Amino acid sequence: MRHLLSIADLGGDGIEEVLRLTDNFVEVSARAIPRVPALRGKTVVSLFYEDSTRTRLSFETAAKRLTADTMNFSVSSSSVNKGESLRDTVTTIAAMGVDAIVVRHSSAGVPWQVAKWTDASVINAGDGWHEHPTQALLDCYTIRERRGSLAGLRVAIVGDVKHSRVARSNVLAFSTLGAEVTLVAPPTLLPPSLSGWPVAVSHDLDGVLPKADVVYLLRMQRERQTEALLPSLREYTALYGLTRDRARLLGDDTLVMHPGPMNRGVEIAAEVADLPRAVITRQVANGVAVRMAVLFLMLGSGGDLG
Amino acid sequence: MAEVLIQGGTVVDATGRRTADVLVVDGVVAALDNAIDGPSGARVLDAGGCVVAPGLVDLHSHLRQPGREEAETVESGSRAAALGGYTAVVAMPNTEPAIDSAAVVREVLDLGAGACCDVRVAGAITKGRRGEELAPLGEMAALGVRMFTDDGAGVQDARLMRRALEYASALGVLLAQHCEDDELAEGGHMHEGDWSSRLGIPGIPTEAEAMMVARDVSLAQLTGAPVHFLHLSTAMAIAMVRAAKAAKLAVTAEAAPHHFALTDELVASYDPVFKVNPPLRPQSDVEAVKAGLADGTIDAIATDHAPHAQEAKELPFDQAPPGMLGLETSLALALNELELPMERVLALLSWQPARIAGLSGQHGGPIAEGAPANLTIIDPGAVWVVEPERLASRSRNTPYAGRKLTGRVRHTLLRGEPVVMDGEAQR
Repeated sequence: MRHLLSIADLGGDGIEEVLRLTDNFVEVSARAIPRVPALRGKTVVSLFYEDSTRTRLSFETAAKRLTADTMNFSVSSSSVNKGESLRDTVTTIAAMGVDAIVVRHSSAGVPWQVAKWTDASVINAGDGWHEHPTQALLDCYTIRERRGSLAGLRVAIVGDVKHSRVARSNVLAFSTLGAEVTLVAPPTLLPPSLSGWPVAVSHDLDGVLPKADVVYLLRMQRERQTEALLPSLREYTALYGLTRDRARLLGDDTLVMHPGPMNRGVEIAAEVADLPRAVITRQVANGVAVRMAVLFLMLGSGGDLG
Repeated sequence: MAEVLIQGGTVVDATGRRTADVLVVDGVVAALDNAIDGPSGARVLDAGGCVVAPGLVDLHSHLRQPGREEAETVESGSRAAALGGYTAVVAMPNTEPAIDSAAVVREVLDLGAGACCDVRVAGAITKGRRGEELAPLGEMAALGVRMFTDDGAGVQDARLMRRALEYASALGVLLAQHCEDDELAEGGHMHEGDWSSRLGIPGIPTEAEAMMVARDVSLAQLTGAPVHFLHLSTAMAIAMVRAAKAAKLAVTAEAAPHHFALTDELVASYDPVFKVNPPLRPQSDVEAVKAGLADGTIDAIATDHAPHAQEAKELPFDQAPPGMLGLETSLALALNELELPMERVLALLSWQPARIAGLSGQHGGPIAEGAPANLTIIDPGAVWVVEPERLASRSRNTPYAGRKLTGRVRHTLLRGEPVVMDGEAQR
């Protein structure tokens, strides 16, 4: 695997391979000294053009646990503020001799452009509304951890699908692994066309919840109400929020997931987020192991897991 | 006496097709006959196997001068035009400053003197192309401007557009519209549909074009003034123009080669070279553009040649400016992609746009004794590959890099002077 730009790059076999390998790194992460020398001498740069604490820290932690060297390039402290172009920034970083570039950008497609300008491996850590493949991988891993397999599971993805890179990657990943995906959102927060998407669509969360094995809530951004996409956040919560009352509709084994950061009280009630069925912190923990697996697959010589 | 003999070609113009040599003397067609013996000293241009046609006319070129000389100049753009077979182009007014005054019109016309093709100017309808106040249409018309547009943006205010049409009708000039409802298109960077949804790029819906076409068809009816629709790209808008023509309204329309040669699926590469406005559309719209060109709903192929410097097209897709090169590839694309005979392709590229631009006396007319020798000689069988580095434009943003095309301009004559010979620019 040269780059990880889209979940589509992996296919079913590729996803399975990452998830299998992740088991090893979950075990490594549980050790007293959670570190293996698998990527000693390799350099991983995070190139983040958009604020992100959790994804950046997760990748950096993953790289460090593999004994890779890490560099962190964030926009606020960089020459980008002096007008340097994306291409020049990438060329400059590549010239320092890096093995992988982890890219986050608010514009869809930037990781594809970066991959054209460097010999290093490129990992998409989120591009605009488009994709966030490692998030999808850690979500698949978390579901598998609790439910054994995604095959035949009914997954409801609830909320702002239109603007969500998490949703786009997860629709691909969940359906590739055999889950039945239903998108639940007001029409204004769905993509204009769902032609070819392996999903069902509902505007009735109460009807979907009792049958769902997984309820995946997306972050609702506050600015959506100023774009005439919603009358108000209050109405959104009333119609599409996982409130305490609605949570009673869930089956006993149903998982509640969220990519974070949560807006407690908007898409999810605080009490629901703290229920045992809510595996949100488990997603974060697995995120490190999944990213170790991805980095190892891309940069590792294979086998040497210490 | 400057004499040029075009030997062995087939003359094709609005009156038909015949085999003939063409003798040009002092910029004018002097004789048209089989096997003319050229006067001694005449330059002989080989047209064996070629079509000798009236020069092409582009209604829609962005020559970027003044203000964006790093992307194109009148000189480089007109050279690209001549290599593409054009003897006249209309330069769009979205320059910096905009062509919205007699002074800027004069500047661009001066820059065009001595260029490889005739450079005409489209003036802005509104001051600064801001859509707020009328630009001095009369002062610009007095300098020979025959076409006005705020291209790059449509005139959003229906009342202002109505007034502009009414005012322009007394000047005998044509208003041309970039059809896009700004509110509906706001924030969009590609066609809204299956691909934009998948790629996570905000879309521009088909209706943003159709709504303004519908409005301006209504305004054409209200004012009786002619309206020209620039770069139509959707089946919906083309159907509206077809209906307006059936109702005998004075509307004309053009389409750009990329809207019959490319689809929005190409944006999946995220390469901003495929970003253009109106955006690339799905195959169903491509078919509608072809049908509109075939049945006469669309009167002209216009390039929307829009050069951009390399760094601009290396921005993220949603930050990169829209536009693609077109002047050097339009003829071949029309010949390759449209299933139309040479006569129809030339009508769309030469005499019909010449009429719309008010250039019929000089360009696009029948090749006959006494006619100005603005001619292009086309080798319809020549096979070539588009190499961005070899284009005459200052910019490299062609979406056709590496594409094999059949049909190429061999010679172009501007007032009898070979400005392109054997595919090489002479100026």
